Amino acid sequence: MQLNSQTYRLSDTGKVGTMALAVGVIGIVGCAAGFYVDRTHFFHAYLVAFVFWVTLGLGGLFFTMLHHLVGADWSVVVRRISECLMITLPLMAILFIPIALGMHELYHWSHAGVADHDVLLKAKAPWLNTGWFFIRAGIYFSIWSVLAWMLYNASIKQDLSYDESRAQTMQRISAPGMLVFALSITFASYDWLMSLDPHWYSTIFGVYVFAGSFLAVLSFLAVIALSLRTQGVLADTIRLGHYADLGKLIFGFTVFWAYIAFSQYFLIWYGNIPEETIWYQHRWDGSWKYVSLFLAAGHFLVPFVVLITREAKRNLFVLRAAAIWVLFMHWIDLYWLVLPNMPHAEGAAGVHFSWIDAAAMLAVGGVFFWFFWQRFTANAIVPVSDPRLEVSIRYTNA
Amino acid sequence: MTETGTTGNIAQEELQTSGETKAELLARPEGMLAEFANPAELLHAAEKLRDAGYKRFDCHSPFPIHGMDEAMGLAPSFLGWVVAAMGITGGSLGLIMQWWMSTIDYPLVISGKPYFSYQAYVPVTFELTILLAAFGAVFGMFIINRLPRYHHPVFHSDRFAKVTDDGFFVSVLRGSKKFNVEKTKQFLESIGGKNVEVLRGY
Repeated sequence: MQLNSQTYRLSDTGKVGTMALAVGVIGIVGCAAGFYVDRTHFFHAYLVAFVFWVTLGLGGLFFTMLHHLVGADWSVVVRRISECLMITLPLMAILFIPIALGMHELYHWSHAGVADHDVLLKAKAPWLNTGWFFIRAGIYFSIWSVLAWMLYNASIKQDLSYDESRAQTMQRISAPGMLVFALSITFASYDWLMSLDPHWYSTIFGVYVFAGSFLAVLSFLAVIALSLRTQGVLADTIRLGHYADLGKLIFGFTVFWAYIAFSQYFLIWYGNIPEETIWYQHRWDGSWKYVSLFLAAGHFLVPFVVLITREAKRNLFVLRAAAIWVLFMHWIDLYWLVLPNMPHAEGAAGVHFSWIDAAAMLAVGGVFFWFFWQRFTANAIVPVSDPRLEVSIRYTNA
Repeated sequence: MTETGTTGNIAQEELQTSGETKAELLARPEGMLAEFANPAELLHAAEKLRDAGYKRFDCHSPFPIHGMDEAMGLAPSFLGWVVAAMGITGGSLGLIMQWWMSTIDYPLVISGKPYFSYQAYVPVTFELTILLAAFGAVFGMFIINRLPRYHHPVFHSDRFAKVTDDGFFVSVLRGSKKFNVEKTKQFLESIGGKNVEVLRGY
């Protein structure tokens, strides 16, 4: 892998993109097989995979907007990575189609006539109905695609010639963008994840999904940058200080995630109202109990203890291992949100990992990564004309 | 920013123990002060003082300067360990206090839950962890920096008031092995120090 020192473009990237696409195709074949073997499991596994990758795209959008909004210097060197993550959001709209097709397998409330015998579903029908569900999904993807496209486009144009007004435009987009982002990710998580159990609700649920999303994107940025570093790319540009900052943010948002997760659990535990506690009961049935305990330990305790010292955040091997672990736990987290709601035979409660789960992750992940890589290699891999780039490179964070 | 020593108190102590008169003690140089033009010069001066083997010197600036700890050759602060110890203490105390209250001192069934309902103890345990950790950070910093104190030799300088606005100073205090009024003055001037002055009590 070579980095052109003039244009800051990658060349000789080998087969990274092709391999990602091949993985995606293998995953799609696996998904097709899974569809015929166990249709219900396939759609649930696909929802987990879809949300996993869409939250990376959303995390990228949030990171980019936050960067513009606060006028950050240090994060200029990793901005292009997060921009290429957010530009996958229009693609994710296409990958939403299987969920739309399988919604009757996923969402109990979408069955015709269920609301007639169910007082809660009847009350929720103005929100939870198929037509409005599709329109909302369209609204979410329109918001995200427009924001991502405007910010991405402005940033790519900035590479050719720096124009102060363009930097201001990106900042101006980010302020209202942040507001609509907060609302759209909240309602999207209500629609796609929380409505799997349509009787249950938790007002903090959107924040919970956002916490996992931002944690995942910080880890993804660290993993990508460290992988480039092993190839000798950007080794002098993304430096120890930047990794230490990513490590601090991963550490901080590990605590934030735990805070939100516990807040949700705590109020439901205290209130002890059956229609609320049933959601946790599903996640305590049979072997799900061990997944729940593993989630608390693996998503909070492990990264907390591993990343607490200054030395750990500055040890690139430890940081990379922690970041990969956090991404794995993000998948476990989403799996834990979705799969306990899958209809199962009487007495068969418990977690049943399947090859279909892996196939769905490979299918969506392969296509996602291929598109990400294609965007990443199409332009300079850092915002070359941004005047703050030099400040960012000099950033030592001593 | 760093340990500045107890020079301010030495004169007091010595006045009581040594046979010198007060006037003699006041006339003795307590340290040297040199002014630098900007943060970059101050940083380089710190590096040169560090490399020359000066131990009891400090840099004074209106705002924090990135990389100064390294330039001055400061060892990593052990404040983090104080904070960690205080945090663990706070968390343990919080947990033990609630356990003792709800299971031994005044057991009370609340909404049918066990006496020892650790879930309910999390907020208080968490808050006490944070509270004691914060106390550890603030008061630990005070102790490590030997604050509060009434006097510091740099206050003998009139120019030093600039430090809260646009002045960048290095002070070298008496007590350092290398401290010698003539040689230190020459050294400070050789590394670009302006307005080098001797800090005296009169």
